[in-house]
Amino acid sequence: MALAVGCRARPGKSRDNKTGSWRVFKPVFDREKCTQCGLCMTLCPEGCVHETEEGFVAPDYTYCKGCGICAEECPGTAIAMKQEEK
Amino acid sequence: MIDKNLELFDCGHRACGGCGAALAARLVTKAAGKDTIVVSATGCMEVFSTPYPETAWKVPWIHSLFENASAVASGIEASLKKQGRTEKVVIMAGDGATFDIGMICISGAFERGHDLTYICYDNEAYMNTGIQRSGATPYDASTTTSPAGKCSFGNKRPKKDMPQILAAHGAPYVATASIAYPADFMQKVEKAINTKGPCYVQVHAPCCTGWGFEGNQTVAIAKLAIETGLWVNFEMVDGKVVKAKKVVRKPVEEYLKTQKRFRHLFKPKRQDAEIAAIQAMADKNAEKYAIDIKLKKE
Amino acid sequence: MMEITEGSHAVAEAVKFCRPQVIAAYPITPQTHIVEALAEYVANCELDAEYITVENEFSALSACIGASAAGSRTYSATTSQGLALMFEVCFNVAGMRLPIVMSIANRALGAPLSIWNDQQDSISLRDSGWLQFYAEDNQEATDLHYIAYRVAEESSVLLPAFVCFDGFILSHTYEPIDMLTQDDIDRFLPKYTPSERLDAADPISFGMYATPEYYHEFRYEMDRALKESKAIIHKAGKEFGQMFGRDYSAMVEGYRLEDAETAIVALGSICGTTKDAIDEMRDEGKKVGLLKIRVFRPFPTEDVAKALLHVKRVAVLDKNISLGAKGAVTLEVKDALYNSGIPVKGYIIGLGGRDVRKKDIKEIVALVEKGQGDMFYGLRTEVL
Repeated sequence: MALAVGCRARPGKSRDNKTGSWRVFKPVFDREKCTQCGLCMTLCPEGCVHETEEGFVAPDYTYCKGCGICAEECPGTAIAMKQEEK
Repeated sequence: MIDKNLELFDCGHRACGGCGAALAARLVTKAAGKDTIVVSATGCMEVFSTPYPETAWKVPWIHSLFENASAVASGIEASLKKQGRTEKVVIMAGDGATFDIGMICISGAFERGHDLTYICYDNEAYMNTGIQRSGATPYDASTTTSPAGKCSFGNKRPKKDMPQILAAHGAPYVATASIAYPADFMQKVEKAINTKGPCYVQVHAPCCTGWGFEGNQTVAIAKLAIETGLWVNFEMVDGKVVKAKKVVRKPVEEYLKTQKRFRHLFKPKRQDAEIAAIQAMADKNAEKYAIDIKLKKE
Repeated sequence: MMEITEGSHAVAEAVKFCRPQVIAAYPITPQTHIVEALAEYVANCELDAEYITVENEFSALSACIGASAAGSRTYSATTSQGLALMFEVCFNVAGMRLPIVMSIANRALGAPLSIWNDQQDSISLRDSGWLQFYAEDNQEATDLHYIAYRVAEESSVLLPAFVCFDGFILSHTYEPIDMLTQDDIDRFLPKYTPSERLDAADPISFGMYATPEYYHEFRYEMDRALKESKAIIHKAGKEFGQMFGRDYSAMVEGYRLEDAETAIVALGSICGTTKDAIDEMRDEGKKVGLLKIRVFRPFPTEDVAKALLHVKRVAVLDKNISLGAKGAVTLEVKDALYNSGIPVKGYIIGLGGRDVRKKDIKEIVALVEKGQGDMFYGLRTEVL
């Protein structure tokens, strides 16, 4: 790829950096307990928690760094942090 | 209207897990929307979001230097005006770039009255360079240039009052916010953007790496700052405080105890006088902004 | 049309003809007359530009960055301490590849404070990636602004440019100038239409940071663009000559140099005095000539070598000093003539407004003939 004049770039390329590999603990979402309040989606610093096609809430593990804010802030107990298996 | 599903700050950025500033960037871009040009100052946010060519910004974005974001934004605003364009100009800079090195440029831009919104993500020290104190570092916080030691309790000065300084410039809208209250924060950003003239929003954005706590505690700690009165969420319109978030206050040590930067206040021995001094600051905040909810006596 | 005009006013009028859309500047002697005149044009609707009255020069050039990145033709002017305050921003503008044009009314740098002329200010920014044009007189000072915008905005260049003219000596001097018209300049300088700008319809990130994987190559690209701008300068200068009769295609210009045995090399207004001194020396039978350098960055190394290869000796006049080394122009000329065997001597002259007269030029010629040089010329030894 030719160097962009002036060190510029268009959006999209940050997705090449798959930050999911940083994860030590993994948030596991319990569909039964989730009320779909959406707080985890709002508070995720990665913006990687989203609504799935089936209407559930799930993180994108490609980018989830496993910080655990979602689990900590979930008003219920729908998100559990589990040791990542590698 | 804020579109909650709009994501303009992309995945793949290199912020630490649990970064308060990254969350702030997401919320700001959500609130500001697509027709926004973001100007960043040098700092953590700039670095974790734009290693060439991997930009995380889905809105037009520019970074020039550490101290000149407001001047760059002034030029953009002038250019847009000349071209008859309607994009909004939003600055996002850390507390070092705002309270310290960028002060002259900010003062100039606010005095000239450009139509722009300045968001300071306040994580209370120079995090990008390794947690050195800034003018926003709170009293007694231990940083790498204000370390606690045998004859020091850490940072010797309280935070500079940036909101008041900018209100004194005649800014029509000045607000403080917290990443722990995202809806409130986004509303304030939206209000600032829709207010003509230079507006300022200072958002408390805890830094797990710099303050010393687990990444999952970022929001909880931001909330504690509010609940202890050490951070007050307020709004100023034309220089007058019109609203402040009221709380049933907790003692400051509930906040201080959660972070390594204040650990020297509790270990090896509890420093009652210092904790009392910080409590007095919270009490003063509470009085100044009338944030105390008085519980009915039983 | 010939007009007798002050240099700064002529420059301001030339800038007006370039139709800058955003101007950001801060007053500093001896640049003030330029920015005052531009402010008047804007106040009288003679120039349709946003004029940002910033709080210092650092912000002036920073505001230019924003305006240029957002897609506007952008202008500033400064000198001396103001340029020094812009140091960090200058490197930034060039690295971001924004074609901002800035007039420099050359002035000495403190300490000690001096408001008078030398060229230490712009010369000190020689490594920043800006093109540097130097004017001999006010005619050239105005014309070079048109050339500067044309070259800077060329898609293969996209680098900023200084147009330097000596403070007071030119900026505050009235000279007859052939002022072109708005129509003339509209024919020569097309509307600024950058291929990339800050725009919500096509979001681009400007000013990202580069890791060691990329930084080296970004600097290479800047150097390449600056060197390749020589061809663009030539083209624009030639076209300007065809349109208006004053040819600026050459980056260096010889004066009575063809058969010269001693060559003087200089830049800026001192070239005028030097030409007069040369005429007198020629009348006395001395074979002396001048090589005027109009473009200092990119440095026309090959042109300088070609122009000087036939001379017996070279005296370089420097209104600057790289303290602890030599004058900046001397170093470049020595580089250009390396291996030629031609002796090159440098003379530091006219710092901080010290007047340089014809007799000084003649003395320098006498010195270089004796092989004496690489020195501060004209020291008042009685105060040392």
